[in-house]
Amino acid sequence: MSSSRVVIIGAGPAGTRAAETLVAAGLKPVVVDEAPRSGGQIYRRQPPGFGRSLKKLYGFEAGKAARLHDAFDRLQDKVDYRPGTMVWGTEGHNLHLADRDGRQDVIGFDALILATGAVDRIVPFEGWTMPGVYTLGGAQIALKYQACLIGRNVALVGSGPLLYLVAYQYRRAGGNLAGIFDTTPLSRELAGLPRMAANPANTAKGLYYFAWLAAHGVPMLHDVSPLRAEGEGRVARLVLRDRAGRERTFACDAIATGYHVQSETQLADLLGCDFAFDARAGQWLPRQDEMGRSSVDGVYLAGDGASVRGADTAEATGALAALACLQDQGMPFDAAVRNQALQAMRRGSAFAAALRDAFPFPEHLYENIADTTLLCRCEEVSVGTFRATLRDKGAGEVNRAKAFCRVGMGRCQGRMCGASAARIAAQTLGVELAAVGRLRGQAPVKPLPTALQTEAGE
Amino acid sequence: MDEQSLFLRVAEQDREIVPFFVNGRPATALSGDTVLTALLTHDHEVRLSEILEQPRAGFCLMGACQDCWIWTEDGKRVRACSTMIEPDMRLRTRSPFNGARPE
Amino acid sequence: MTDATKYDVVIVGGGLMGASAAFFLATRYKFSVALVERGRIGAQASGVNFGNVRRQGRPFIQLPLAHHARDIWGRLPALIGEDCEFLPTGHLKIAFDEDSLAALEAYNAEARHWGLSLTLVGVNRLRADYPFLGPGAVGASFSPEDGHANPRLAAPAFGRAARRAGAHVLEQCEVIGATRQSDGFIIETADGRILRAPILINSAGAWSNRFAASFGESVPMEARGPQMGVTESLPYFVQPVLGTGDSSFYMRQVKRGSVVFGGGVHVAVDLADPRPRPRPAHLLTQLRSLVRFLPSMAGVQVVRTWSGVEGYLPDKLPALGWSAKTPGLLHAFGFSGHGFQLGPGVGSVLADLAATGDTSVPIEPFSIERFADNEPAKTSPVAPSSGSAR
Ligand SMILES: Cc1cc2nc3c(=O)[nH]c(=O)nc-3n(C[C@H](O)[C@H](O)[C@H](O)COP(=O)(O)OP(=O)(O)OC[C@H]3O[C@@H](n4cnc5c(N)ncnc54)[C@H](O)[C@@H]3O)c2cc1C
Ligand SMILES: Cc1cc2nc3c(=O)[nH]c(=O)nc-3n(C[C@H](O)[C@H](O)[C@H](O)COP(=O)(O)OP(=O)(O)OC[C@H]3O[C@@H](n4cnc5c(N)ncnc54)[C@H](O)[C@@H]3O)c2cc1C
Ligand code: FES
Repeated sequence: MSSSRVVIIGAGPAGTRAAETLVAAGLKPVVVDEAPRSGGQIYRRQPPGFGRSLKKLYGFEAGKAARLHDAFDRLQDKVDYRPGTMVWGTEGHNLHLADRDGRQDVIGFDALILATGAVDRIVPFEGWTMPGVYTLGGAQIALKYQACLIGRNVALVGSGPLLYLVAYQYRRAGGNLAGIFDTTPLSRELAGLPRMAANPANTAKGLYYFAWLAAHGVPMLHDVSPLRAEGEGRVARLVLRDRAGRERTFACDAIATGYHVQSETQLADLLGCDFAFDARAGQWLPRQDEMGRSSVDGVYLAGDGASVRGADTAEATGALAALACLQDQGMPFDAAVRNQALQAMRRGSAFAAALRDAFPFPEHLYENIADTTLLCRCEEVSVGTFRATLRDKGAGEVNRAKAFCRVGMGRCQGRMCGASAARIAAQTLGVELAAVGRLRGQAPVKPLPTALQTEAGE
Repeated sequence: MDEQSLFLRVAEQDREIVPFFVNGRPATALSGDTVLTALLTHDHEVRLSEILEQPRAGFCLMGACQDCWIWTEDGKRVRACSTMIEPDMRLRTRSPFNGARPE
Repeated sequence: MTDATKYDVVIVGGGLMGASAAFFLATRYKFSVALVERGRIGAQASGVNFGNVRRQGRPFIQLPLAHHARDIWGRLPALIGEDCEFLPTGHLKIAFDEDSLAALEAYNAEARHWGLSLTLVGVNRLRADYPFLGPGAVGASFSPEDGHANPRLAAPAFGRAARRAGAHVLEQCEVIGATRQSDGFIIETADGRILRAPILINSAGAWSNRFAASFGESVPMEARGPQMGVTESLPYFVQPVLGTGDSSFYMRQVKRGSVVFGGGVHVAVDLADPRPRPRPAHLLTQLRSLVRFLPSMAGVQVVRTWSGVEGYLPDKLPALGWSAKTPGLLHAFGFSGHGFQLGPGVGSVLADLAATGDTSVPIEPFSIERFADNEPAKTSPVAPSSGSAR
């Protein structure tokens, strides 16, 4: 069995714990990650030469970050680590890789653990493609990874825990905040509190950020609808509608926006995994059992790429996927470890569910998005064109609409517009979200340069 | 840092200075900057969108939106948010593609 | 449904063939038509193909039908209200060795007798007009009136126009059986409908053999998937469709900038899966061709790949026309990788045949009868005589 090759895609919390579990069982997995260093999104490491402390970078999470980084570093010579390498396509049990210089490689696997993480979920507003508008995650990366703020006076608009976290981090770093504009009514967030007791520590952190920001006089508005970003070639103002229905303008030179995150599922799709609509996540997700087994033999799912449940759960599901893989290969594994991980996973899932309910995806915003707003920032197709395609051309689901008007057809493969396209389609057609389907994945999962170097045969 | 710039450095400013070129003009970054940071600490856009030719300056910073791909003078593609600046890198923020040029 | 289950014609399969046939039947002859499509109109081969509207290089006996189709392509806005991005940009077939140049020259000489006038392009002209071509080209043949269109738009546009003209377009409705009784055909669908018509058109693409076989006319058809890819948007620099003499590589640029390419090996197809996956390894091969063909494309990005299901007959000619065995049954399938250009012409011919019994376009070489020897040994992969070759 030791000859069997296990590949892990993603070296974040999920991928790291998966690798560690496999190494402990005597395997030498391949770990592929597009990023130059391990850590994934939340524990993303700053580049060499930066000197900020972990405490400064990760705040309350510093200890966890240190443990995860150490765990990966200890594995260095026990795994075949391929940083800076993207998996862009799959065929049967082969993965196609490309590194930064366009060098190609093909690796085979007996078992594959997908730990590909998540990306921000976006609701477009007029002007959202303008320089100065970034995702909340992007704003956080600018600070964590580059010691930069995205602007001198930043407006944050959206919903979800990241909204307050990023605001806190920016303010702590000395940034000026034009305001925090939350699309969720405050009452809804408060109503969610009791259920979030599943994770008292996280809930306490959230409350702490909120109170700290309020105490520092950061303007905070709830129940708002972003209308547009204004400016000449770059952001100068954010216009929104407040809960009383008034239009209000806030001067700012950057906007960070996002509504929770969504799982990165393209590779699972290319591998042929079955998907099911997850009503709470509002997203189609690959089917999985509790251990992370997908519908395809030998393919396992872990972390936020399987279902968004945050970093702690990502670590647990990473371990679970590896244990499932060992079990399926007939290798011994520690049942106590599995039970512990299962428990952590269940706790994390309950907390994630409560979080989703407290910070619901603002479906109502779509009704008021102006036709002139760009929906697909790659192909530059407007919301109006998309709506007209659905109404007049008989496009009954998102792939059909994509075929007719190119929404979701560009470089990002619908990562940025897909969630919105589905919701606008459901609203325009007057059907359930699940009924408009999901954009099919197509290789390459991210753009591939034509000038490729194929050294390793093929 | 120019008034023009989108990004504002708030820490880690004693890193080594890295000279590079953008559209033929010399500029400087700090070692450990991504190409996007290097550009946006001077300016407020990195490319034009293809159809409407509107300025763009990246969006996600994590390799998801693909809205920060630029060029090097020797024709290579660079995803600015996920590529590190290198000394004497020669970057272009406009497509050098000229289909009609002989090989 | 009320008594609307009786039609003049029922069409099985809403690709470009079926959709355009429905359109012409409803508009030209005011026939009552049901167009029955398992998925969505034009979402299979007709919706995912390369988009080449090319006559140059076709077998000569296909040219009359191709001319008929080309005439319709040029009149789409008047006929169906949209142009489907059809652009008569010309088609350039390029030779990279003396043999294929000789073949282009021979084709050129004969084509004019079939009403297709092509221009030979010498190597110096080629260099001057297409300076971006990679090394090795020795000459080319240009077909000025050919061009390309957007396959994602064409068949659905015909389907909508047919619907506006009164045709019943049933989507997500699979035909599970068709039989012939004394008074015509009885067509059964998976959702429990029964449709009747004296005339049945079998235009179910790569899946047509199932219906042909049920009427005792099975053909040795193979399903394969050509593979396509597309780049990011680039400044518009090449109007004509370009291809190698042997079609091992071809490409076109759409007006908004992206370059679509294809050619080379096909992917294997399972008829049970209507969405064959492109092979990454094929893409790498195609990219090498692309950069050899157009060196300035080095550094450009590929953003998507795809494939589709196409039925290939051994002699690469379609099965088109009346059944040799069953009165009232029309076949239109097996277009062997070249049916997009023919599509609207095929629909027009099918409409004429169904309504008048005859057509002015010569289609005898495509008769399904040429495979009659194939019955009843449905499974034997015989290589039938290419009864169509001139
Ligand atoms: C921008 C952002 C910021 C976040 N910040 C926080 C936060 O502050 N606090 C919090 O609790 N949660 C945060 N989250 C949620 C976060 O996703 C999880 O907490 C945690 O990082 C999930 O771990 P993971 O291992 O599942 O995925 P990740 O940590 O996202 O790791 C996935 C890895 O897979 C790699 N990858 C993906 N696709 C490919 C491919 N095709 N080829 C090669 N490599 C690939 C990526 O490069 C990445 O390193 C954030 C999420 C995002 C998107
Ligand atoms: C990738 C690719 C590239 C190509 N490039 C070109 C090109 O550049 N130029 C060119 O001229 N040709 C090209 N072709 C060929 C061309 O696309 C086809 O010949 C043409 O589209 C065939 O049209 P069709 O209507 O016969 O088939 P299809 O478009 O496949 O339509 C058949 C329809 O029948 C339906 N159907 C099947 N079974 C049933 C059932 N039981 N009940 C109801 N409906 C059913 C299917 O769902 C399908 O929609 C290409 C083909 C492919 C796949
Ligand atoms: S900013 Fe999104 S990919 Fe670079």
